[in-house]
Amino acid sequence: MRTSKLAKTNYTIVNLVILLLFLFPFLWMLTGSLKSQLQVLSPNHMFVFQPSFKNYLSVFQEYDYLKYIWNTFVIATVSTLASLFLGLPAAYGIAKFNMPYFGLAILVAKIIPSITYLVPWYILFNKMDLIDSIGGMVLAHMVIGLPFIMWVMIPFFEEFPKEVEESAWIDGSSKLRTFYQMVLPVSVPGIVTSSLLAFIFSWNNFMFSLVLAGESTKTLPLAIYNFMSNTSINWGALMAAACIITLPVILIALFSQKYVVSGLSAGAVKG
Amino acid sequence: MIINWVDRHLKWVFTLPAVIFILLMVAYPLVYTGRLSFYEWSMSAITPPKWVGFDNYINLFQDPKFWNALKVTFYHSSASILLETVLGVAIAILFSRKFRSARFVKTVMMLPMVATPVSIALVWVLIYEPSIGILNHILVSMGFERQEWLGSVTQVLPSLIAIDVWEWTPFIALIVIAGIASLPTDPYESADVDGATSWQKLRHITLPLLMPTIITAVTLRIIDLLKTFDTIYATTQGGPNFSSQTLNILVYDTAFQNFKLGSASALLIIFFLLILSVILILTSLRKRQGDRV
Repeated sequence: MRTSKLAKTNYTIVNLVILLLFLFPFLWMLTGSLKSQLQVLSPNHMFVFQPSFKNYLSVFQEYDYLKYIWNTFVIATVSTLASLFLGLPAAYGIAKFNMPYFGLAILVAKIIPSITYLVPWYILFNKMDLIDSIGGMVLAHMVIGLPFIMWVMIPFFEEFPKEVEESAWIDGSSKLRTFYQMVLPVSVPGIVTSSLLAFIFSWNNFMFSLVLAGESTKTLPLAIYNFMSNTSINWGALMAAACIITLPVILIALFSQKYVVSGLSAGAVKG
Repeated sequence: MIINWVDRHLKWVFTLPAVIFILLMVAYPLVYTGRLSFYEWSMSAITPPKWVGFDNYINLFQDPKFWNALKVTFYHSSASILLETVLGVAIAILFSRKFRSARFVKTVMMLPMVATPVSIALVWVLIYEPSIGILNHILVSMGFERQEWLGSVTQVLPSLIAIDVWEWTPFIALIVIAGIASLPTDPYESADVDGATSWQKLRHITLPLLMPTIITAVTLRIIDLLKTFDTIYATTQGGPNFSSQTLNILVYDTAFQNFKLGSASALLIIFFLLILSVILILTSLRKRQGDRV
C-alpha cells in the first residue's frame, strides 16, 4: 500500500512538471507584458514586480495594432469561408465519385513547402498588382486552407452511408439538394474542425505576409516581427503584442478543444 | 432545368472549381519554378530572364552555402524528430493512464502547437537573451557561466531544436494517445494470465502495436519539420554566420534578399525532391510495418 501511494505521488509530480514546462513560455509572455522596460532589464524584478497594463495601452496608441488585427481577421475569415465554399463540394465529389487523382493533387498541395509558390506568386502578383492587396493575401492563404479542409472532409464524406443518399435521390430529391440538406448538416463536426484549423493557420501565417503584404495589408505576425527588428527592443510592449496575437487562438483552442485536437491529428488516424 | 443539368454533371460542378484553383495557384507556380530554374533573372523589367541551362544546378552543388544549409536542415530535423518521438511516446504512455485531469492535460499540450509561431519565437528570444534572459539568470544563480544560446555558432541549433521540441512533442503525444485508446484489450488480458510485468507488456505488446501510428505521426511531423521557417527566421534569420540557415531560409534569402530567382528556383526543386523522397521512404517503411503486424 505504501509503495503504491508513493508511486501515485511521483506520478502526479511528474505530470505537474511536464505541464509546467509546456505552460512556462506562456506564463513568461504574460508576466513580461505586465512589466516596464526597467523591470524586464533588472534581474531583481525577475519574479517580483508591480504589474501594470501600460504596455497594452502603448501597443494600441503608438502602433496601428487595431488595423493589423482587422487585416489578420479579415484575411483569415474570408480565406476560410472561400476555402469552405470551394472545398466542401470538391471533397464530397472526390469522396463520392471516386476521383483518386484529384485526391492525390490535394496531398501534393499539402506537402509542397509554401515558399515554392512564393517565388512565382511574387512575380505574377507584381504583374497583376496583387502585392499588398487583401485579395492577393486571401488567395495565398486559401492555398493552405483549401487542401487542409479537403484533407479533413474527404474521409468524413466517405463515411456517410451511400444508402441514405441513394434513397433520397430515389425519393426525387436532387443530388445538389441532398448534399446541402442531408449531408452537410450531419458533417458539422468535420466542418467545424477543418474551418477552425484553417482559420488558425491563416491567423498565424508569417511567411506569406513577409513577402506579399505591404503597409496596408500587414498582418499581426509580421507586425510583431517588425516590432522586434527596431534597434532597441521594448520587451514589455513586445510581449503585450505577443499576448494580443496569441489570445484569440488560445481561446479558440480552449473552447473547442475536441475539434482542434482532432484537426491537428487529422490524417494520422486513417493513415 | 438548371438543377437537372447541375445534377447530371454534379461530379464536375463540385470538383472543378477547386481543381482549377489548385491548378492555377499550385500546379502552374510549380511548373513556372521548374522552368525558371534554367534561367537567370533578378526581377528586373529591363533585363529579361536569360537561359543558362543547368548552370543554376551546377553552381548550387558547388556552393558551400547549399551544403551548409543541407547539413543544418538535416541536423535540425533529425535531432528534433528523434527527441519529439521519444518524449512524445513517453508522455503519451504516461498520460494514457486514466485520471481525472486528462482533458486539462490535452488542452495544455495543444497550446504550443496552435499559438502563433512568431510570438512563441519572440518569447523564446527573451528567455534565451544572454544578459536579461531567465535561462542565464537560473544558470548564474546555480553557479554556472552565462551562455550565448541563439547568439553562438555552436549553441544556436540545439537552442532552436529545444524550441521545436517544446512546440511539437505534443503533436506526437496526442496522436499516440489516440492510438493507445484504440488498442485491443485481449492481448493484455492473456498477458496478465501469463503473469507478464508492465514493462514486458509495454515492450512486447504496446510498442509493436503502436508502431504504425508512431510512423504515421513521424511522417506527418517530418514533412512540416523540414519546412520550419517561422521560428527560425523570427529568432535568428539563419544566423549567426549562417549556422542556423536551413534550406527553407536559404531559399528565402536567395529569392527575396538577393533576388537571384533562377538559383532560388533550382534550390526549390532540390528541396521539393528531398521532401518527396523522405515521404516515400517513410511510407514504404509504414507499409512494411503494417505487413508485419
